[in-house]
Amino acid sequence: MSLEDDARARNVRSAWALSAPALLILLLAAAGPLLIVAVYSFLSPGKYGNVEWVFSLDGWRGILFTKDIFDDTLKLADAHLTIFWRSVKLSLLTTGITFLVGFPTAWFIATRPPRARAFWLFLITIPFWTNLLIRTFAINEVIRNEGLFNTVMIKLGLFDTPLRIINTDAAVLMGMTYVYLPLMVLPLFAAIDRFDMRLLEAGYDLYASRWQVLRRVILPIVKPGIIAGSILVFVPSLGAYVTPRVLGGGKNMMIGNFIELQFGQGRNWPLGAALSMTLLIVVMAALLIYVRAANKGGNGHG
Amino acid sequence: MGVSEIAIEARNAVKAFGQGAAAVRALDDVSVQIRKGEFFTLLGPSGCGKTTLLRLIAGFESPTSGQILLDGQDITNLPPNRRPVNTVFQSYALFPHLTVAQNVGFGLQMQGKPKAEVEETARRMLALVRLEAMADRKTSQLSGGQQQRVALARALAPKPKVLLLDEPLSALDLKLRKEMQVELKRLQTETGITFVFVTHDQEEALTMSDRIGVMSAGKIQQIGAPRDIYTRPVNRFVASFIGETNFLPATLQGAAARLGTGDLVELTDPPTRSGTVTLTVRPEQVRLAESGIAATIASWVYFGTDTHVHLALRDGTEVVARLQSNPSGETGLTQGAEVHLRFAPGAVQVLGD
Repeated sequence: MSLEDDARARNVRSAWALSAPALLILLLAAAGPLLIVAVYSFLSPGKYGNVEWVFSLDGWRGILFTKDIFDDTLKLADAHLTIFWRSVKLSLLTTGITFLVGFPTAWFIATRPPRARAFWLFLITIPFWTNLLIRTFAINEVIRNEGLFNTVMIKLGLFDTPLRIINTDAAVLMGMTYVYLPLMVLPLFAAIDRFDMRLLEAGYDLYASRWQVLRRVILPIVKPGIIAGSILVFVPSLGAYVTPRVLGGGKNMMIGNFIELQFGQGRNWPLGAALSMTLLIVVMAALLIYVRAANKGGNGHG
Repeated sequence: MGVSEIAIEARNAVKAFGQGAAAVRALDDVSVQIRKGEFFTLLGPSGCGKTTLLRLIAGFESPTSGQILLDGQDITNLPPNRRPVNTVFQSYALFPHLTVAQNVGFGLQMQGKPKAEVEETARRMLALVRLEAMADRKTSQLSGGQQQRVALARALAPKPKVLLLDEPLSALDLKLRKEMQVELKRLQTETGITFVFVTHDQEEALTMSDRIGVMSAGKIQQIGAPRDIYTRPVNRFVASFIGETNFLPATLQGAAARLGTGDLVELTDPPTRSGTVTLTVRPEQVRLAESGIAATIASWVYFGTDTHVHLALRDGTEVVARLQSNPSGETGLTQGAEVHLRFAPGAVQVLGD
């Protein structure tokens, strides 16, 4: 073995040694719990929560089907499907709205002088320093029947009775859009910041209208930022728990609340575990398809 | 010159940046007529307003006052995407997400031309700039010179009435720049499109242009063919910006001028006014002679093809003479030696200011 190989081997050893703490934490804090959840999903529910160590597929079956109380036949669980559909719909809408609101915002910030830019970015990130629960209750305070919005509207004589927003899907959507907006703005800002503004003039010079410049020049080039922002918003939206709980009331559940229900009042840990695994798999699959499709779209454009 | 021969015209164009007292006039009442099919160069130091004038023509800026006319039509308020004028940018500004061919076809595509025509024209334009083989590459895979050619092809593809070139060669190394100068001239002749070329490089301007507009401090100082600009500069700025030159203070006396040393210099084209003036004469038009204006040799620098001899006249005025080298390269000069110099007939110009 040459001296060089020797040195390289030593480098590799020390690299492993240095990353060992991180690897250990990842193993214990990420892979470990995941494994437990995966195992639990194949066990039977205990009477007072927890699990009994008896193999069963009921947890997985319970995602889509319910047993009839009287004759034990399997029926499609409409309530579950409604929850899944609501989760996907609200998450997609949240992603779409944060993009529509976030893109002009990110563009505005990226085109400010450097000093002003830092200020605007600071404003965008302020909500991050505030507890999610407090922010969500703040929204609640604004939109509830006796809240700020309705009080002002009634005082102004615009409404006779308060507009019921709270405990609707719209309220959940509003809350999630507010909460996740920075996650869309920041990656978009990073992408627009790298965008060469001289390309705008090149576009206009070559007969593109403002709309065409946006569609044919700006959007394709900042696409990595759009993809990153969409993922960062869509993934936590799909698993959202606090926002639908506080703003959607008990009825307008999303997957996150549904999972919590299984571990709490439902006392069906295997079903909760199976739902968690399903959510994980669906998110991974969706991401994979989305990233693949987005990359393909970039090459064959024209 | 008939109106129909003018491709683009600026009429009393003023462009001020900033407000009130802090306003800076980047363009100060500029009027210029650029003829159809000519290679017109705007030449001047950075900050002279040449790029601003180009941007007014392209439509990226609108004039504070004045008009821009294309083929006699007022286009002052037309946005850039509705002007049949294309630009080759200094930074090339190629679209990084498109292939070379898609870049070239972009303008035609935006004009709504059918796909087949866009592709056909893109191919033809790439052949024109000799980059057919690169059609499907990403622009980031090209060298600087190749990117330059793509930018040219892209701007030429929609067949603009006027092609604007904003210092397109400044980012290239010397050898490539020389090649592109020839290439640009060839393209201009082949396509017959009016070129408006902006540069601060006087040699580029002299070798490529049909006419040059020399700019300084937001104003056009002189417009003319390269030879006119070089041999008959109208003022001190033009004389010193283009090539090297000598300035000699003198007093007009009829058809001659008396230098500070007392020597009389014959003028071929004497002005009607009188008084003190500045004469200019190019170094290559200064000869050492048996008799003439007395001078002492201060120093000299050997350049290979010629030698620059720095001379001091009796009144202290410095004159540089450029002497062609002989086969041995020896000058036979001695520092501090007394010599005489003469100016070639017709070489002495009286400056306007």
